Amino acid sequence: MARQTENGLGTTNLAQSAQGPKGDATTRLALRLLSAGPLLILVLLVLGIAAVTPAFAKPINLGNILAQTSVIAIVAMGQQLVILTRGIDLSVGSNLALCTVVGGLAYQATGGTLPVVLAMLATGALVGAVNGLVYVHGRLPHPFIITLATLSICRGLALALAPGHTTMRGMPDPIAALGSQTVLGLPLGVLVVVLVAGLLLVMTRMMVVGRWITAVGGNPQAALGMGIPVKGVLVAVYVISGLCAGIGAVVLAGRTDAASPVYGQLLELDTIAAVIIGGASFLGGRGHLGHALIGAVLIGVIRNALNLHNVEVFYQMVAIGLIIVLAVEADVLRSHLEARARVQQARGTA
Amino acid sequence: MTEPSQPVLSIRHAHKRFGAIHALQDVSLDAWPGEVLALLGDNGAGKSTLVKCISGLHALDEGEIHLHGRPVTLASPTAARAAGIETVYQDLALFDNLSPAQNFYAGRELSYPAWLPRPLRFLDKAAMRKTAAEVIDRLQVRLPHPDAPVAMMSGGQRQAIAVARATVFARNIVLLDEPTAALGLREARKVLELIARLRAEGNAVILITHNMDHVTELADRAVVLRQGRKVGDLKPDQSSRQDLVSLIVGGEA
Repeated sequence: MARQTENGLGTTNLAQSAQGPKGDATTRLALRLLSAGPLLILVLLVLGIAAVTPAFAKPINLGNILAQTSVIAIVAMGQQLVILTRGIDLSVGSNLALCTVVGGLAYQATGGTLPVVLAMLATGALVGAVNGLVYVHGRLPHPFIITLATLSICRGLALALAPGHTTMRGMPDPIAALGSQTVLGLPLGVLVVVLVAGLLLVMTRMMVVGRWITAVGGNPQAALGMGIPVKGVLVAVYVISGLCAGIGAVVLAGRTDAASPVYGQLLELDTIAAVIIGGASFLGGRGHLGHALIGAVLIGVIRNALNLHNVEVFYQMVAIGLIIVLAVEADVLRSHLEARARVQQARGTA
Repeated sequence: MTEPSQPVLSIRHAHKRFGAIHALQDVSLDAWPGEVLALLGDNGAGKSTLVKCISGLHALDEGEIHLHGRPVTLASPTAARAAGIETVYQDLALFDNLSPAQNFYAGRELSYPAWLPRPLRFLDKAAMRKTAAEVIDRLQVRLPHPDAPVAMMSGGQRQAIAVARATVFARNIVLLDEPTAALGLREARKVLELIARLRAEGNAVILITHNMDHVTELADRAVVLRQGRKVGDLKPDQSSRQDLVSLIVGGEA
């Protein structure tokens, strides 16, 4: 999965001679296993936990995991695109809180549903646009700085704007339904994840902009040389990440039937962890939406299982941390294997 | 092939200055279809500057560039590419995380429908895959895993992909900046064969290299630059080899 080959030349009339040396096949098998690793771990983990914890596999618990994971999953998909372009978006958690507060204010002012949704999405996208534009046109060395700044600014604004600087109860019924209603046994919030994933999948896999995002992540210098509008691509990526935070805000506000300036604390770390655990490269260039989704569910499953066993929350944090180390080591191992594949190519076939 | 009546590319009295440094002084040269022109010179002789002027990275201070006899302005790499000039840089400019076919079309993807803004159009993957496969096949580049990302490929395979990419789009001229510098003997040989095939297909090829063996073997003509001036334009073979070396280093032959 790490090295997707969705668009190769496989079916064509190329000399597909299979006489590459044996080591080549082994390296490629190892790489394939490595890229399937996170999904494999998820499946094994689910089966293992289900075997020892009867409560885990109950439909209601599985539905709970997905519902609890939905916000991380949505925001992590935006984060994945940012990380793909060698960046990072630290502002997503505060951005999400600000989105809910602005949405809550819109609800108080209008009482409608649409204004609330639009307010949340627009706020998210606007913060993303600020991140992207300042990063690109301020010629900052790394997006860490600007998104760290907006992390602080958004949290401050959210607290300042919220009446009484605290949680605002109540959301319009259609939004609250995201938490209370189910379709085919799935919480509505989970359907939002599917919808966002579908849209982003079309964009990243089928549209020119998606290919440009991958290219910018792979080699920004070459992208510039090949006439790809690198700055525009980067701004777009941060806007999408902000928009995902806005969508996450709608889902979280719906699930809790409230808006709050303290929502989304450490969400930036959860989403980054999800992307890395899922198998994307932290150095950029490698990764797809599946990584964000698998990582988010993996985190959800681990937390849920430890909760069911009454393991205290600090050990959950330790567990997640250990898995991050594992994921990064897997990425290092992958680069080694790829280097070996290059040498084998030079020896065997050149 | 019938003798072409005019050069594909013609540079007339080119000057380029970087502050006090006169990097190109009154350099003129012609590149003909079906010909490999070697561009020789020691480090700092002006080869790279000249290539960058032709590929649109630098503008000439004085002088003209003609394509098929018509003067052109190459204000950017995009403009040069649009004029049918493709450059293969020493440092490759490939995308490690894309497949060969995706690399071919990066930045100029075939897409539809035309009424949408370009970023929002849909990729015509089938057409891009087909063309890329045809070119790779035609140039007899052997890729055992043609749909793998190029990160998995050897230096020679990557260079071959870069050269092949240039041939898809070059309608006038292919510039190769030290294409074999980072390669082992066997892989370098493959790239040389590829360059010979480009010539056979009627492309005008400009080859920058330090390897005199490659020059005498492959080049139809050699232009030597020294300290920004053209000091020689001759047919390289075993007998003129010593002359070429003298021209490059500036000793009296």
